[in-house]
Amino acid sequence: MIEVSELGRTFTVTRKAGRFRRTRQDVVAVGGVSFEVRAGETVGYIGPNGAGKSTTIKMLTGILVPTAGRVRVCGLDPSRQRAELARRIGVVFGQRSQLWWDLPLRESFDLLRHIFRVPAGDHAKRLQECAELLGLHEFLDTPVRQLSLGQRMRGEVTAALLHGPELLVLDEPTIGLDLDSKERLREFLSELNTTRGTTLLLTTHDLDDIERLCRRMMVIDRGRVLADGPLAELRDEVTPERVLVVDFERPCEELTGLPGVQTVKVEGGGLRQQLSFRRDTVTAATLISMISQRSPVHDVAVIEPDIDDVVRQLYRR
Amino acid sequence: MADLAVYFRLARAQVRGQLSYRGSFVMNCFGQALAQGNDLLVILVVFGRVAALGGFDITAVLLFYALSGMSFGLADMVVGSIERLPTYVRTGAFDVVLMRPLATLFQLFAGDFQLRRIGRVLTAFGTLVYVLSTTDIHWTPAKALLLVLTPLAGATIFAAIFVAANSVSFWFVDSRELANAVTYGGSYLTSYPITVYVGWLRTLMAYIVPGAFVAYYPGLTLLDRADPLGGPSWLGWLDTPVAALAALVAGLIWRTAVRHYRGTGS
Repeated sequence: MIEVSELGRTFTVTRKAGRFRRTRQDVVAVGGVSFEVRAGETVGYIGPNGAGKSTTIKMLTGILVPTAGRVRVCGLDPSRQRAELARRIGVVFGQRSQLWWDLPLRESFDLLRHIFRVPAGDHAKRLQECAELLGLHEFLDTPVRQLSLGQRMRGEVTAALLHGPELLVLDEPTIGLDLDSKERLREFLSELNTTRGTTLLLTTHDLDDIERLCRRMMVIDRGRVLADGPLAELRDEVTPERVLVVDFERPCEELTGLPGVQTVKVEGGGLRQQLSFRRDTVTAATLISMISQRSPVHDVAVIEPDIDDVVRQLYRR
Repeated sequence: MADLAVYFRLARAQVRGQLSYRGSFVMNCFGQALAQGNDLLVILVVFGRVAALGGFDITAVLLFYALSGMSFGLADMVVGSIERLPTYVRTGAFDVVLMRPLATLFQLFAGDFQLRRIGRVLTAFGTLVYVLSTTDIHWTPAKALLLVLTPLAGATIFAAIFVAANSVSFWFVDSRELANAVTYGGSYLTSYPITVYVGWLRTLMAYIVPGAFVAYYPGLTLLDRADPLGGPSWLGWLDTPVAALAALVAGLIWRTAVRHYRGTGS
């Protein structure tokens, strides 16, 4: 679906060097990125601000011409076959609207049908489907400017899907949405991927999006790919430590002398203790049985590292 | 051609939206008509003092004014919303335009279609009707055709100026005033016979920016007048080919500009 090899993009910026003098300088936004996305995958593309995410997306969709490397999307060269590619992919920009501000949602959809030359039957069917799943019916006849952000976003996603794209690219789709709207959108996208097989590529700062939606995560920083793989694998690789929270039946002195284990926190005078351990040296089960021999245990819980921690670790590398 | 059909559809949708505020639409329309009427007033005041302007009587000057006004009005109505391009570039909305399988220019033309601009056309059209009905013109079929084609050719020339002038904003985002100077300024310049201007401005208007072909040369041909500057009498018939050439040049400038944008992306 997407093939990218050694993709690079350099911008020339002019800087002030004196009252009238200007110097030109090359800034590398994306420097030799390679990856492949197969049909049906769900990929989360993350990185801090200015990491090169948007630049990559712009090159994938044909808005920007790369300065180095090769891109193929749906077998097409995006910068040369922009219009043809536009018919086969859907793009949602979280911060830009592709709907007509003063027109009712339904009319925006109708205009898009003509722009993308979608047969009336296909259009009606897809719109019906999206309207049902995203609950658009109540505001289909409302002008876009009167919609809430959540409603508008649902409209944007529908607009990007009406021509039946094989690939849906979402640039920060959940930005600014409330929890309920976020959840609804994620559910819809996940369903879209499983039932229709639409490939998803999304950039986000909300790591819950990745956790809920993406089987694969790509981390980019300063124009380079730092990590690429399934979320669970990256988590094990980057943060092998787990935290075990033990609640004792009665206060117990701080546990010491357990192999490869460190105390994180002791609460309630020893009633609750948090211990960190490495999964590759000791299993949680062994650890629990060792602890319960020392003092009767009331309850235990293993805390997986937060995805934010994983990402923070990755950026640090 | 299919792009054209989509353009009309987009424009119609906008007009529907505008007509839903009937009162403000009528006021806006009236305002545009009045704006065009201001220039007419200036001409009438000048002719209250003098008998000829640049060697032409009031009939000829009003004809130039009417042809120029209709041309500019039509162009402003059909392609005028391209002046929002700087905003598109600054906010990134141009990326959305690039994401659609439709010619970028058509999308921009239709992006903010304003039917109220028809007010200008109506004032100019009224003046044209008045001039033609009070002047003795030796009509031939060819001249009748010229009369129909002239506003269209003139509108094409202005459209080309609109596109070329606004292309600059891909390089300099804050270039709206420059573009306005060229487009609205061009409308003002072409309202008067080019004989009133100094030599360099005349050359610029007649041959570089082909403003003299909007009203001056075809107007002379319609009135069977010789060009006081000695231009051959067939120049008036050239307005349509000149308009086609202008459109072609503007198209090339636009293509270069979009290519530049996609090279820098900001």
